[in-house]
Order: sequence, then C-alpha cells, then structure tokens
Amino acid sequence: MPVRLLPYWRLFLAGVHEQSTYRLAMLGGLVANATFGFLKVAMLFATVRAAGGTLRGYDIGSMSAYIWLSQGLLGSVNLNGVSDFAERIKTGDVAVDFSRPVSPQGAAVARDVGKAVAALGPRGVPSVAIGVLVVGMTMPTTAWPYLLGVPSLAVGITLSAALVYALATAGFWLIETRGVQVLYMVVSGFFAGLFVPIALFPGWLAAMASATPFPSMMMSPIDILTGRVTVARSSALLGIQVVWLAATVTAGLVLTRAGRRTLEVQGG
Amino acid sequence: MNEAVIATRGLTRDFVRRTRSGRLLRDRTVVRAVDELTVTISAGESVGYIGANGAGKSTTIKMLVGILVPTAGEVRTCGLDPLRQRRQLAHEVGVVFGQRSQLWWDLPVRESFSILAAIHRLARARAREREAELVEHLEMADYLDTPGRQLSLGQRMRAEVAAALLHTPRLVILDEPTIGLDVLSKQRLRDFLLAERRVHGTTLLLTTHDMGDIERLCDRVLVVDHGRLAYQGSLDGLARTVGAERVLTVDLAEPVADLTDVPRTRHLGSEGNGIRQRLAFDAEATTAGSVLAEVGRRAEIRDLTIEEPDIEDVVRRIYQSQR
Repeated sequence: MPVRLLPYWRLFLAGVHEQSTYRLAMLGGLVANATFGFLKVAMLFATVRAAGGTLRGYDIGSMSAYIWLSQGLLGSVNLNGVSDFAERIKTGDVAVDFSRPVSPQGAAVARDVGKAVAALGPRGVPSVAIGVLVVGMTMPTTAWPYLLGVPSLAVGITLSAALVYALATAGFWLIETRGVQVLYMVVSGFFAGLFVPIALFPGWLAAMASATPFPSMMMSPIDILTGRVTVARSSALLGIQVVWLAATVTAGLVLTRAGRRTLEVQGG
Repeated sequence: MNEAVIATRGLTRDFVRRTRSGRLLRDRTVVRAVDELTVTISAGESVGYIGANGAGKSTTIKMLVGILVPTAGEVRTCGLDPLRQRRQLAHEVGVVFGQRSQLWWDLPVRESFSILAAIHRLARARAREREAELVEHLEMADYLDTPGRQLSLGQRMRAEVAAALLHTPRLVILDEPTIGLDVLSKQRLRDFLLAERRVHGTTLLLTTHDMGDIERLCDRVLVVDHGRLAYQGSLDGLARTVGAERVLTVDLAEPVADLTDVPRTRHLGSEGNGIRQRLAFDAEATTAGSVLAEVGRRAEIRDLTIEEPDIEDVVRRIYQSQR
C-alpha cells in the first residue's frame, strides 16, 4: 500500500474497532431492522401475490432476498444523514481534525467506512439469516453476482459515507445542519430503494431516482448481489456507482476547501 | 539570533456576527478578534500568551497552525505557510486544545496513540520508543487500556499532551493545558514540559489563566487585549506588575466602620455592615502580615482569605498603564 494511504487505512481500522464497541446498540439496531423487515414482507409479498406471483421480475423468493438484504445493509449504508463530522463542526472539534497531517475528508470517510464494514457482521449477516431461515429467500447459485456484488457493496457503502460527509460540510456555513440531514434522510431512503424496490416505481419516478446517487448506494448492490440483473448490466451499474463516488468525493473536496475559508471554530 | 519558529506581521482576523434586528433584517457587525499582531518567537523559547477571555488568544493559535484563515497579515510557522502547507506543518507542530480531545473516545488510550503514530507516519520502532518514554514521564501506564471517555480529567490531559507530542514536534502549542487540573496534576504536567524542553529543545507557546504556569514554564510573555499586543517582555517585568496588588478579605467578629485607614492598603468594599471587608495591598510596599496586624488592632478577625491577582486583572492593569 502506498505510504500516503497508510494513515487512512489505520483510520479505517479505528472505525472498525470503534463500531465493535457498540455491541448493544448493534443488537438494538438489528431488532429494529428485523421488525421492519417483517413489515416489508407482509406488504411486498401481498403485492407480489396480488400481481399473480410475479411482479416486474420479482417472485416471492427474490422479493424476500431484496427485503432482507436491504434491511441488513441499513447498519452500513448511511441513509439517515447523521455524521460525526457534522457534529464536530458544530462543537468546534473540527479544529483538531485540521491540526492533523491528513485530509479531514479522507479521515472522516475512512473512519465511517470502517464503522460500516464492522456493522455488516452483527447487523447484515443476522438479517440475511432471518431471511433464509425464517422466511426463505432465493439467492443466485453462480459466482458472478457475488464477484461483482461485493465490490459494488463496497462502493455503495463508501459512496454513502462520502455523500454524508459532503452534506456535513454545509455546517461550515450553516453550523446547524439538522434540516439538511432530515431532508437527506427523507429523500435518500426512498430513492435508494429502501422502502420499495426501484423496479416497482412508475417510470417517471424511476427516472428521477436514477438521476440521483442514491440507487448506487443500495439498490444497485442488491440488484447485483441477488442476480436480478445480467453480468453486463451489473458491470454497467458498477461503473455508474464509481462515477457517482468520484463526483461525490470531488464535491466534498471542493466544499471542504471553500468551507475552510469561512470556518469559524465554535466554542473558542 | 535563533531562527524564528513563529513570525507574524500585521496578523488580523475578523469575525462577522449577525444579530436579528426586526422580523427579517439582520445586523451585520464585524468583530476584530486579532488586530495587527506582530510577534516573533525564536527556536527554543518558551512563551506565555495571556489575555482575558475573548482577547484573541485561541484565534491566534488557530491561525498559526492553519486551522483558521487570517483576514489580513502574514504568518509563518516553522518556516511554512500554515494555510498552503497545513499538512506539512502538522508534522512539525503539536497542539493541545485544553477543552477539546484528540483521543478516540471509544478506544483504549493505547490505540489512540497507535492511530496518531500512523497518521504521522512514524516508523514502528521510533513510535514504540517515544510512546514508552511518554508513558513513563507522564505516568500513564495504569490507564493505557482504558477508553478515552472513561479517563479522569487529570488522566485525560496527560494523554492529550502525550498525543500532541508523540511525533516529537519542534513547536508545541498548548491552549489552556492545565484548565481544571488539581495542584498536583498541574505540577506534574509542568515538570514534564520542562523536561521535554530540556531534552528536545522544544519551542513552547502556551495560553493560560494560571500564573503558576507562566512562572514555572515561560521566559517571555505576550499579553493580548482586544486582539492587540498590550505587553511583550520578560517575566520580571510582568511579575512587578502582577505583584502590585493582592486582595485581603477579612471576616470580622462584629460590624466595624469601613477600614479606610489601614496604612498602604486600599479599601475595596464592605458587606454586612462591615462584617466582611476587602482590602487591596501592594506586596512590594507592605506584607500580608503587617496588614493583618493593622486590621487586628482595629477589630477581631474571624476568618480571612488572600487572593492572588488573576490574569484578567493583570491584563487590565497592563492595558490601562499603556493608555
């Protein structure tokens, strides 16, 4: 690994370790996710059955896979917009971040991705296990969906962390970013395909969703992992994800540079 | 003349404050936090930077290390431009913000050090050696496995100092390093900083409200008031001003008329019909003992306290004397 990246790798590991200290919180998160998972099962299964057993390519088994993967990713893909960095701007702790020989953006994103990856174990795996054991779900039996799905998932998680960081930079101007965060929470979950798969959206709404980075955070990794899309389409989706990631990181970089000029460290 | 570790010329920072005036309108006022500050600090110096709350100390520090952008003026720290070369500079400087933490709250102190070593890209052997040195000198061995959030204030401050000094910076900036510490903890921290300076030739710049910090640690002081440099010079010069007035508060057995006739004191005020009285005296002109004896001759003393002049007071006086 290039020496320049070592600090960020270490910060990623720090995030992993930090997350694993919140065992009880993760259990709580899992219970909440599972509860809403069963709610989604009730609604979406009924919808598929009402449509005669298949609906826009989904049957009961693949709908179940969508539900339990999406619930399982909730601990890792940031769809609530809450970030430590926003809090650090508000309290002035961001001064500490700027006194270190690393990019505050790189440091914040690396740590959040570490936390997200660490949450996959205690929140992601049990959620999928519930789907397999309790409800039953169909997963692909070939290697391709997994070979492309894992990097897609990694990009999706990183994209959400990078986007939430960029969102937090609004604090350089606004200080209190709760409004922006709530707006993100409302929009991102919907367009990421958390509540209903984007394939079930009416055409115009699906088009709107695809103009945002949100499907790349959750819907695309799920579509690839569950084998809903072809290898060619999977590669294309992965490409789109990478483009969104690059754009988001660039936006975060520009906003950090601009915000630094207006920064007033709160609380002396 | 040693090379300058810190050099500023006309360094200025304004903050814009918006206050509501009417339903939609907002008044925009510009507050000048640092006003044309020109100072030079040479390698190996230990400088106290003092002033009242809101005088612009922290703002100055944040400009010195590239956290805040100056409104005007020039600043070079360790020969670097703090804004353009912020990251390079961060390798040369260690900053302790007394009221902020650089530890990872949920992780053991040991891991915070390991993360910081990686951030500074220290070689593993070098990092281990330095950590062992700091752990020994700051007596941290007992709580290396404790998460940051569970440390007592005294433990945390030592860990903060260690965290800032892990990469053996040339310049150490401490913003209120002893705030809230008990006497013993303060003493330990000061001893450590003195030793660190002796061994590594570290340049120190510290802001504090504690006269003890200044007396023990600094050979030069800068006093800032309303963003302007009000005094700069030796500790002796400051000590003369500081020694000027102490305040004696006496609780008397029964109410007495105001004690305005005690020689070489100034009556500051009375409470409870004269049961409690406050007298200011100059420590160079008289002693606490003779003032007490004089008061004792006039009334029976039940209790007393003597206050050292605080820094705000010193600053006020220095500022007044310059006008």
